[in-house]
Amino acid sequence: MSVISRGFFGRSREQNPDLPPGQYLTRDFPVLSAGPTPIIDTADWEFSIRTESGEVQRWDWQQLHALPLEDVTVDIHCVTRWSKLGTTWRGVSLDTLFANVDSDNEFVMAHSYGGYTTNLPLEDLLDGKAWIATRFDGDDLDPEHGGPARLLVPHLYFWKSAKWIRGLVMHSDDDPGFWEQNGYHLYGDPWLEQRYW
Amino acid sequence: MVTGGWMVGTVVEVRAEATSGRAIVLEVPGWGGNIAGQHLDARLTAPDGYQAVRSYSLASAGEGERLELAVDRFPHGEVSPYLVDELRIGDELEVRGPLGGWFVWRPDQTEPVQLIGGGSGIVPLMAMIRSHRAARSTAEFRLLYSLRGEEDAFFREELTQPSPGLAVTWLFTRRTPTGWPRPASRITAADLEAEAIPVGRSPSVFVCGPTGFVEAVATNLVELGHDPHRIKTERFGGS
Amino acid sequence: MRGHVDGNALAGILSELQLDVTVRGRCAGCGDVAVLARAVVYGDEQARVARCAACSGVLFVLFTEPGGMRLQLRGMSWLDTAPE
Repeated sequence: MSVISRGFFGRSREQNPDLPPGQYLTRDFPVLSAGPTPIIDTADWEFSIRTESGEVQRWDWQQLHALPLEDVTVDIHCVTRWSKLGTTWRGVSLDTLFANVDSDNEFVMAHSYGGYTTNLPLEDLLDGKAWIATRFDGDDLDPEHGGPARLLVPHLYFWKSAKWIRGLVMHSDDDPGFWEQNGYHLYGDPWLEQRYW
Repeated sequence: MVTGGWMVGTVVEVRAEATSGRAIVLEVPGWGGNIAGQHLDARLTAPDGYQAVRSYSLASAGEGERLELAVDRFPHGEVSPYLVDELRIGDELEVRGPLGGWFVWRPDQTEPVQLIGGGSGIVPLMAMIRSHRAARSTAEFRLLYSLRGEEDAFFREELTQPSPGLAVTWLFTRRTPTGWPRPASRITAADLEAEAIPVGRSPSVFVCGPTGFVEAVATNLVELGHDPHRIKTERFGGS
Repeated sequence: MRGHVDGNALAGILSELQLDVTVRGRCAGCGDVAVLARAVVYGDEQARVARCAACSGVLFVLFTEPGGMRLQLRGMSWLDTAPE
């Protein structure tokens, strides 16, 4: 039994019925880092999707912004237990980017500048569930939060929303990415509290 | 009953330090003393059982159950604002330690020692200075203390008093005292070359402060020819 | 914690495993041998990623939950408590 610290209440830990189990609301936007923050110039930036046939589709910064951009409001849930409700983002839907991609594979490995990877089933990226996001809360996305562009997949724990996204590679198996190899769950559904394996 | 190596200390003294900091003296029954440079973990528990744990360097060294910490208030922090603004004499604080057997100086070391601190990075270096003084060590000690301005110094009075075997160089990055010869700027390789114990004397070097400061200093030292294995760093995070 | 810190900062949590930061380890990626105190540590109290100072490869990941701790050690070949 620990000693209660007089006058200490900790960071705001609002509970809320809209939250998945074990989460609390935060007003901050904490950063979970696993390594140094890469700095990428939009002049050099590129996003690609590679299929099992070796075919690659690419978009540079201008080409990405020529595609339909959506403004979305979503809740996000980090595996480190903080959640933010009603966050606003602008980005291109993965449905748009996958429109002309021909693949029989069911899994995707997301690759980031700086070497980070995370794996997802393809169906979790489609049907309005995911975006390549370039703006957050009305501003350009900060490098600290994954700018110039990050993957945004709000229905899964936020480590799946790969920062500094660089490309997606189709996989036939659900091969684990960085955090998945290091202890986090392969799928990561916050509503089932799939934090670790 | 507190388990897992945690001890309960009582606050016996508090003292404002720097512009947003505080020195805190604790009496901790069961504390086994510490070597200069070590730190402790402090744990706070909210009424609903929520806990937060943070590490703080010890400003004191030696035996006994009395220890001194110095904490700088990080504006968006969860623990430091509580320790600097709220904690009172008579309050209890759970601590674990002493911790860290690497970033330490022991009085039986005889080689020259170069201490380089940025802001609150002075804290473990202060423990080394006090340990050096208490042991009447004849090892040469030099301190290079980098600060935004004079008022940002921790232990200012203690450091401005002459201490045998210790040479202190102050370096200001934003606001200098009137008539100060060196214009305000961040620490450079030239500063290190001019003020630090030369490479040829094989000093042990301890660098402590914000991560960006420590990395810039460590890189410069290596470029000046210091052996990386003789440089020990303690990064406080931040930039 | 903001920014990254030295492995020395892990002393407290590692003490729960009876490990000190003066323990030496070999990076499974590049073979560098160094005390844990020299690792470069990213992340926060819940998930800490320790990287090799020489090659930036992940040495270990330490998760801390209210119930306990999980140490994922895949990036190290060995740990040795004999002093340097």
